[in-house]
Amino acid sequence: MNQIEVITNKIEDLFYRRKKRILSVYFTAGYPKIDATATIITNLEQSGVDLIEIGIPFSDPVADGDTIQHSNHVALKNGMTIRMLFDQLRDIRNRVEIPLIMMSYLNPVYKYGIEKFCKKCHEIGIDGLIIPDLPLYEFETKYKAVFDSFNMKFIMLVTPQTDNERIRKIDFLTGGFIYLVSSTSTTGSKGKISNEQMQYFKRIHDLRLNNPLLVGFGIGNKESFVNACQYTAGAIIGSAFIRAVSKSDDLKASVSSFIKSIKA
Amino acid sequence: MKKFQVDQNGYYGKFGGAYVPEMLFANVEELRIRYLDILNDSSFQNEFHALLKHYVGRPTPLYFAGRISDKYNTRIYLKREDLNHTGAHKINNTIGQIILAGRLGKNKIVAETGAGQHGVATATVCALTGLECTVYMGKLDMERQKPNVERMKMLGARVVPVLSGNQTLKDATNEAMRHWINNPEDTHYIIGSVVGPHPYPDMVARFQSVISEEIKTQLFEQESRENPDYVIACVGGGSNAAGAFYHYLECEEVVLIAVEAAGKGITTGQSAATIALGAEGVLHGSKSIIMQTDDGQIVEPYSISAGLDYPGIGPLHAHLSERGRVEFTHVTDKEALKAALELAQLEGIIPALESAHALAILSKLDLKKSDLVVVNLSGRGDKDMDTYIRFINKEK
Repeated sequence: MNQIEVITNKIEDLFYRRKKRILSVYFTAGYPKIDATATIITNLEQSGVDLIEIGIPFSDPVADGDTIQHSNHVALKNGMTIRMLFDQLRDIRNRVEIPLIMMSYLNPVYKYGIEKFCKKCHEIGIDGLIIPDLPLYEFETKYKAVFDSFNMKFIMLVTPQTDNERIRKIDFLTGGFIYLVSSTSTTGSKGKISNEQMQYFKRIHDLRLNNPLLVGFGIGNKESFVNACQYTAGAIIGSAFIRAVSKSDDLKASVSSFIKSIKA
Repeated sequence: MKKFQVDQNGYYGKFGGAYVPEMLFANVEELRIRYLDILNDSSFQNEFHALLKHYVGRPTPLYFAGRISDKYNTRIYLKREDLNHTGAHKINNTIGQIILAGRLGKNKIVAETGAGQHGVATATVCALTGLECTVYMGKLDMERQKPNVERMKMLGARVVPVLSGNQTLKDATNEAMRHWINNPEDTHYIIGSVVGPHPYPDMVARFQSVISEEIKTQLFEQESRENPDYVIACVGGGSNAAGAFYHYLECEEVVLIAVEAAGKGITTGQSAATIALGAEGVLHGSKSIIMQTDDGQIVEPYSISAGLDYPGIGPLHAHLSERGRVEFTHVTDKEALKAALELAQLEGIIPALESAHALAILSKLDLKKSDLVVVNLSGRGDKDMDTYIRFINKEK
């Protein structure tokens, strides 16, 4: 009864099919409303987004700027929990094909149980995890085997301060893509991409890594998206999207008009 | 044998590590690689000890408190950290870290503060060395520790109010970490307690270990023995306790007692007693015991004492608790206030609210006449006068 399971991963598939101008969008689960999760995901897919990061809200998001701090705070006040999120996502794979990534700080996942969390993500059809405060050393020595066994791509951040040796190691140990943090900063739009940042993107591009690169932090409009894409496979928008849906009564319309403004 | 020291990977047993986002990795890694070489260098040690002696006023007295000893029918010594320059033990660490920042070539400093004692101690050493200083402080703490806010400003520091969360120490720490993420190259983060990613807990404990080093010498001078029967300290993040316990950790015959802030009582939901109420988790860069919900969200703590109002505890203490080396207990706001009043009236010493928690445990211990007890009086109470006055007026 040995059934051969062909292990596929939607993030891998995406980067196999597409090499340029990939648009990934982050949103905080439970924001702006507790029941917005499925609406946001389905409308992001319909609007032509390529990849979605579902943020699990946390009380102490140290890597985030004001906008995402606020969305985390509101989402928790709305009553969002990991268990509720898993429940909301139970049937999501009947509705969308788009690759899905869970983004969380370590503590909520640790408290839930890392293996149990991966198992649940696998059952739902989640393809990857971003846990910014789970460092490479801990990942490599304690958790890589668990993530691999559930086919979860672990996506790590690289910053302007990460040296080449470490970038190579991250590239070797992780999968899906490398999250290129655009500058030494917390999340949130900074306006334009500077020449210095472009040089940094090119420097990482020239390392010819195995994993594709997506640029995140400070990407908030069409111009910064296009610039970020010049030396990379694409970019990630978070805070600007959170602002776009913050005051909306019509989520569908605001999701679609925001994505249009980026892709136009 | 050093079974309570940090291991090569930055762990105390299963607690510790360096759980920082990649944006902070380079800074924390630089510290990890260099801190021991810098600290062990004789020029560093000379500078550190000279400043502790001539600027801070060390050694601080170990004072036999006769009247409070009579009251509890035992022999109580107070380690007078309240007599340090700036009024608390916090400056032992900031002196060490400011010299270290110089060796690392950093010209700006960021810090968090709860009670304001660490903020004042940081602003002080920045003024001393001419480094630019930014201190994050919860808005609630700025209100309840106003004199310290004014002191920091007079010393030339920029004090930034933090409006997130409960506007206390945890939120100030988040904000200081964000500041460091945004300014990694020129800034050193002076963490005020034995918390944060490795090597901070070990580094801060080493700087504070001067407390127990002196206790040993001073006790020998006065009692012809280095080891007391008890050492008692209050614990929030745990830096004064780490310093007071440090050289006694391997002397198992010395009973070490750490007193947490129970706030209004540990069952009231308004408490900061982390060991009593917390579970294993990751906060502010290390794995330790933290107060959290079933969903892994950090619980907003409560204590009347801003310096103990923190939902975590240093990984060293989590380990010491798990191994049973240190006995963790807790006292309420009210018990601490009473103990502060008692010390003021029996010994003429007004303690900080934090230190009053350590004193408040005396009445609950089964002490013998012959016992030798050292209480670490971590700070003085000037900053808490508003709270004390309100309490005294209510008791009348």
